[in-house]
Amino acid sequence: MTGNAAVGEAAIRAGCQCYFGYPITPQNELTEYMAANLGRRPGCTFIQAESELAAINMVYGASVAGARAMTSSSSPGISLKQEGISYLAACQLPAVIVNMSRGGPGLGSIAASQSDYHQATHGGGHGDYRTIVFGPSSVQELADLTYRAFEMSDKYLIPAIILGDGMLGQMMEPVEFKYEAPHKPPVRAGALRGAKGRPSRFVRTFTSEPAELEELNWSLFRRYQLLQKEEVLWESYLTEDAKLVVTAFGIGARIAKGAIKNARAFGMKVGLFRPITLFPFPNDQLSELAKKTSHFLDFELNMGQMIDDVKLSLGGTAEVSFYGRPGGVIPTATELLRVISRVYSQNGLG
Amino acid sequence: MKKVFGRPKSLKKAVFHYCPGCGHSIIHRITCEVIDELGIQEKVIGVPPPGCSVFAYYYFDVDMVESAHGRGAAVATGIKRAYPESIVFTYQGDGDLSAIGTTETLHAANRGENITAIFINNAVYGMTGGQMAPTTLLGMQTTTSPYGRDDRIEGHPIKMSEILAQVKGTCYIERVAVNSPANIRKAKKAIKKAFQCQIDGLGYSLVEILSPCPTNWKKSSIEAFTWIDDVMAKEFPLGIIKDTTGKRDAD
Repeated sequence: MTGNAAVGEAAIRAGCQCYFGYPITPQNELTEYMAANLGRRPGCTFIQAESELAAINMVYGASVAGARAMTSSSSPGISLKQEGISYLAACQLPAVIVNMSRGGPGLGSIAASQSDYHQATHGGGHGDYRTIVFGPSSVQELADLTYRAFEMSDKYLIPAIILGDGMLGQMMEPVEFKYEAPHKPPVRAGALRGAKGRPSRFVRTFTSEPAELEELNWSLFRRYQLLQKEEVLWESYLTEDAKLVVTAFGIGARIAKGAIKNARAFGMKVGLFRPITLFPFPNDQLSELAKKTSHFLDFELNMGQMIDDVKLSLGGTAEVSFYGRPGGVIPTATELLRVISRVYSQNGLG
Repeated sequence: MKKVFGRPKSLKKAVFHYCPGCGHSIIHRITCEVIDELGIQEKVIGVPPPGCSVFAYYYFDVDMVESAHGRGAAVATGIKRAYPESIVFTYQGDGDLSAIGTTETLHAANRGENITAIFINNAVYGMTGGQMAPTTLLGMQTTTSPYGRDDRIEGHPIKMSEILAQVKGTCYIERVAVNSPANIRKAKKAIKKAFQCQIDGLGYSLVEILSPCPTNWKKSSIEAFTWIDDVMAKEFPLGIIKDTTGKRDAD
């Protein structure tokens, strides 16, 4: 199954009732999967929207009415969705947004890239907010994190973003799904369904009282702190005895694993630290590694975005080198191995 | 003694923040009267916009969700599709519906989304201080057309109702005004019919309301009310623009 289709199937099984999308490569298989498999289900809706703006605002409406709703796109389309994501964050509405990212800036290229890390992990739209961001690195993980994205978004009332890339979306791998039948989540408390048997209520993002808005920002901030404490996911691979730890996420981590296996075969003690939640970032777990390892190599399919979080986590306690390729160029494991070897020998780790 | 007039049940006991002579308060009231008369208060979800009516939820005693500027039709689409039992209406100004939200509006209408739009046309951007709207009349001075709207530079007033009448998904479109008791009665009747279209599942319905904005028109209330008849309604003629309900005389 392709990564894109796996997200679609996982979303349906997680109880996604509404999908709104707009065509853009390389995520069209997901939109098409939802058209074929969600749209005709009783109580479910698929709309090919007139724009990304319309799609995210339809998600906003469906979420207000209590439905599990999602949209997907790729980098340029995700930029268009930022208005709606900011409103979702302000209204504390759950939603799942998938970004099968591609090279940028601008229309960029349709090849896989990780150039949207900053946008995804720093809110992306206007205002002081964050979203929950997942960085899967396999089709199985795409499926698993899709369930989780719905659950976490519902639990914390924060929009969740799955930051994949064009390669992950289009690659085919075997995948197992958690739920057999579509999960039927209860209608979210606070949903707008007409003021029957209760006072009317409203959901809004505007206030003329700065103090009120400050309180909302504090409330969001406290939830981000809670996420940091409770919901951080990461993977450590061969880090126990590592003298050099590669930090990478998503498809980059997949390439890094191959390179690390080969480096080990050459006798280099190299490990991998892979954040799975990109926000909240596994700060403590990474800084813990710095107690045993003095050198890190950050590898990304961009010119260095996650490296900011890596350096903040390490707080100057270790050396951080960087290797990145932007614009949709995918380096091979062999190329990365050459970089690993160089960093390893130049820093006298061998 | 028989009570002949009172506050609609769907209208909260709050003092309107609108300027003297503004049409919003009249339109809020008649919309609430319609909601009461149709007995749909418990089903209604309203979608107010940014702008002067951003605080509509302080007045309408129904569930409401604020939309981003221009996205009302998309938000309403999401609500109605997720919860078809609801009665969903958008409340949108001329900048909202005929500038920034043209795409969302046109496509929601074209899909025949079973929602109702209350479209306030006052020929200016009100809350931001009287800038030129797509509906600003030729020659009309605003803060961003200080020399008067010139069609060679700023184009012509856009008639969204006539444009929307062209798409198959719309079932009922009428242009009304709220500048006299007779017109207010007609406006209420149109709003009622538009909601009835939705109740009957007929598709997208819209009522365009020519609404006075004395503050930004720099006129007295009386002058503003008269100006609607004398000038605005000449460019935006009142009446039914489209009706495919097949029961035009039922009301």
